[in-house]
Amino acid sequence: MKQEREVILNPMCLAIPGEVLAVEDERATVDVGGVEQEVRLDTLSEDVAEGDYLLVHTGFAIQKLSPEEAQETLSLFDELIETNKQLEEEREV
Amino acid sequence: MKFKFKDRERADELVQLINRRVPDRRIKIVHVCGTHEVAITENGLRSLLPDRIDIREGPGCPVCVTPTSDLDAALKLAERGAIITAFGDMMNVPGTAKSLNELKSEGADVRLVYSVSEGAKIAENTEKQVVFLGVGFETTTPMTAAILKDDPPENFSILPSNKLIPPAMKSLLELPDNDIDGFIAPGHVSTIIGVRPYESLAEEYGVPIVVGGFEPLDILYALALIMNQISNSDPKAENGYNRAVDYEGNPKSKKLIKEVFKETDATWRGIGTIPNSGLTLNRNYEEWNALNRFEVEPEEGIEEPPNCLCPQVITARATPGECELFKEKCTPSSPYGPCMVGEEAMCNIWYRYGGRPKL
Ligand code: SF4
Ligand code: SF4
Repeated sequence: MKQEREVILNPMCLAIPGEVLAVEDERATVDVGGVEQEVRLDTLSEDVAEGDYLLVHTGFAIQKLSPEEAQETLSLFDELIETNKQLEEEREV
Repeated sequence: MKFKFKDRERADELVQLINRRVPDRRIKIVHVCGTHEVAITENGLRSLLPDRIDIREGPGCPVCVTPTSDLDAALKLAERGAIITAFGDMMNVPGTAKSLNELKSEGADVRLVYSVSEGAKIAENTEKQVVFLGVGFETTTPMTAAILKDDPPENFSILPSNKLIPPAMKSLLELPDNDIDGFIAPGHVSTIIGVRPYESLAEEYGVPIVVGGFEPLDILYALALIMNQISNSDPKAENGYNRAVDYEGNPKSKKLIKEVFKETDATWRGIGTIPNSGLTLNRNYEEWNALNRFEVEPEEGIEEPPNCLCPQVITARATPGECELFKEKCTPSSPYGPCMVGEEAMCNIWYRYGGRPKL
């Protein structure tokens, strides 16, 4: 059981989103699921500011996320669902 | 952050869409990511989908595919007095003679770390040699590159065993008896490499490749895009995980990999050698390669124990249930083959979710 915990906390391939609390040079303090973590930014192309969301992998930021982008994904799901409904209807006519 | 990615209504709509689009024959979809397998089993997605959609995990867990030769090399370095730092997942993988954990219980200094930077920090605080076992796919490699570029302590080195996903997908497509109808490409690997590297594969093999995220809706969305491509006979590389993946990937991370590593042939446990499917340190960073520093030659190890079906499981040609040792001689607490070791290795997951994850 103990071993299982360790691995879940230690997912080599997983990246987790977190919110930036503060930025200093190439490092940011990030709230990852309620835990403050120091995250290196030297693997990221974009600039980072307080309030941004980052995808964090083993202590490094790999992507900047915005809540709007998340929203956009949801609308992509809807778009796909919608176009297909229309297609179906056209076919049925 | 409140994402509504578990939203039941949208899930139902996507499932209906998949149902309408899926051809009337068996469809084999392969993903190459342990985290996808966990998301699929945990959320019982297979049970939402028609039986003829057969979703399998390919070589998606770096733990499972790290060859014994690399593990054996790490064991040798530890025996010579180096401190070995490794991700927790690697600790229980059996080498030819033993695992890192077993070596540790015999008194070797083997430490579990959560990141390569932790390995470098350990080196800062000791006179001893410290080696980081560099396993992982494209997601994990930029971090090692960043540390090596950032003036690491002199007693720090890397045992490079990093691997690349697109060549592994290609090797599966090359197998004559592997009828893959579509790939869900791994989300966080693609955050780094982007969608472009899948284009030529999709075209050459006429197979849909859709990058997928890790929420249930992300996965259903990726499947819906694949079924759409199949029913339109329009196989291509497509991004189903826009919020975390840019078409060109992460330029800074890609640059870091290029600056520090170079491509090399690599051995994948269960598959064999795949050309240009691994990364090793390039000329400018050779001095950080633990194999050079300690003059250790990796030797061919013993791969799977007899009767273990891992080679078939890893290449998506068999499911764990088809292995006669599954749940009998082979369990997570006493793994017989490598696919039972990683928390996200296919046999391990299927074991924990009751043998056949059709919840
Ligand atoms: S067990 Fe999971 S997190 Fe660990 S290496 Fe395998 S796929 Fe990645
Ligand atoms: S159940 Fe064990 S022995 Fe069988 S394929 Fe999986 S890892 Fe190998």
